[in-house]
Amino acid sequence: MRLIRIGAGLPLLLAAVASFFLFPEYLSLLNTLFILAIFALAYDLLQGHAGVVSLGHAVFFGMGAYTAAVLAAHGVTEPVVGLLAALLLSGLLALLLTRIVVVGNDLTRLLVTLGIGFLMLEAANQARWLTGGADGMSDFTMGPVLGLFRFDFAGETAFWYSLAALVLVYAFLWRLTTSPFGLALRGIRENVRRMPAIGAPVRRHLATAYTISGGIAGLAGALLAQTSNFASLDMLGFERSAEVMMMATLGGTGSIPGVVLGAVGFSYLKDALSAMSPKYWHLGIGLVLMLSVFVLRGGIAGGVSALLRRLRGWE
Amino acid sequence: MTPAIETEGLTLRYGHFTAVGDVSLRVEAGARHALIGPNGAGKTSLVHALTGNVPATAGRIRVAGQDVTVLSQAERVRRGLARTFQINQLFRGLTVIENVSLAILERERKTRQFWRSFAADRAVAEEAREHLSFAHLEEMADRPVRSLPYGSQRLVEIAIALATRPRVLVLDEPAAGVPAAQSESIFERINALPRDLTLLFVEHDMGLVFRFAERITVLVGGRIMTEGTPAEIQADERVREVYLGRRGHHGAA
Repeated sequence: MRLIRIGAGLPLLLAAVASFFLFPEYLSLLNTLFILAIFALAYDLLQGHAGVVSLGHAVFFGMGAYTAAVLAAHGVTEPVVGLLAALLLSGLLALLLTRIVVVGNDLTRLLVTLGIGFLMLEAANQARWLTGGADGMSDFTMGPVLGLFRFDFAGETAFWYSLAALVLVYAFLWRLTTSPFGLALRGIRENVRRMPAIGAPVRRHLATAYTISGGIAGLAGALLAQTSNFASLDMLGFERSAEVMMMATLGGTGSIPGVVLGAVGFSYLKDALSAMSPKYWHLGIGLVLMLSVFVLRGGIAGGVSALLRRLRGWE
Repeated sequence: MTPAIETEGLTLRYGHFTAVGDVSLRVEAGARHALIGPNGAGKTSLVHALTGNVPATAGRIRVAGQDVTVLSQAERVRRGLARTFQINQLFRGLTVIENVSLAILERERKTRQFWRSFAADRAVAEEAREHLSFAHLEEMADRPVRSLPYGSQRLVEIAIALATRPRVLVLDEPAAGVPAAQSESIFERINALPRDLTLLFVEHDMGLVFRFAERITVLVGGRIMTEGTPAEIQADERVREVYLGRRGHHGAA
């Protein structure tokens, strides 16, 4: 994985910029891809780096989406302010939830996060006065970004706005995962039993990671609500939580560029397969997921680094 | 002088089974103290209870005169009580130097930093190299631990523990699972540790125990049977009966 981590960010950025000129009709789709990539990166900080699974991460995505939508509906229409508010509130929610998520093992975590997901979904459904319930929220208008760039019908502003956020999140997480804190997270992933024996505050580390991950997931949700002018229950539903896990797995959990590619690849597959067969597209996704686990061993990133090793004659 | 470790009536029960019963142990500062006993005598359980891996059911534990009974394992490490494991507990996917650096970073409380690269921390890298050089692991520094031969992995166990800068180091069968020739070299390294570091070690190989230990505690059925110098223990009839009489059995294990 390390092999492709070096310098993979720049080609990815160039490809993203090039796509603006190559696919001008698909800007809103590209915007969605960037947002999903941010969400997948946020999730993979837990699964890929700290080795902690979650089946309810859309809770934070949805929290961010509703935060941005509710703020805009109440007159706070500057998008960056909405993003920061979503980051803070989702991070806070994650921090409040760490006590029950961090304890236990992977199985209990899956069940607890799944349960939290259902609870939050029902809460958002019942709070119609705030969230619009099952109808969702669309009665808000975003102002121009930083008072300068108005969201346009072609989605140009949305494209650059989300790409800028993705670049920042990418750079932040790259720095974080190579930092002492990032090393401690990998220590937890590699051997959580040894950590206390070197004096490590494991719960504190996990709480920090969970808070950061939740905050960034909320930022992604806010981006989606702002650029699509819509917030709805499916943004915090189980399906979205499951999909982000699939994106990370397909891309190569633990690899930042891999996860970005995973988010893009998964969305493309979902789109192409459902166009091919609206009824049976899950079948195709299932096969690809199994291939990425059993054949590529570590998703796209795992496949690429295995290929590079072979080319250099390391194996 | 204050003993490095002192326990009073230390007891560890799992349900009705008493793994460690009423152990009052005293390990002098700077000691080379061995803990021996037949299989199932409760040696590893005692190590768990001492280091806080498992909370003790009853009794008190003092490290350098300070009561650590209610402290967590991590807090005991911060007070200078480190351990190694009988079965490797390593960060297998990380490189050797990352394994050791992580322990240094935790000790220095630098793992709260997320805005700088850990590899760029020169002081940590230099200290990590020193520990590796002591453990004769320098040449393997950048290899993932899982790719190392087992004997070298046992040395990584010790290097990680040293990186916590312990005052007391508890070694649970440091040469377990290693061929005889290599267990020599592991004990040679242990013997080369600074004299002000207190060592308490569990070991099955009586040859190694009598060569490296200056004081020996014999544990049988979770209780201390006797304690003494290697010469006293060698001469003790009861020890011979419960333990040395079955030496061949343990040599094979």
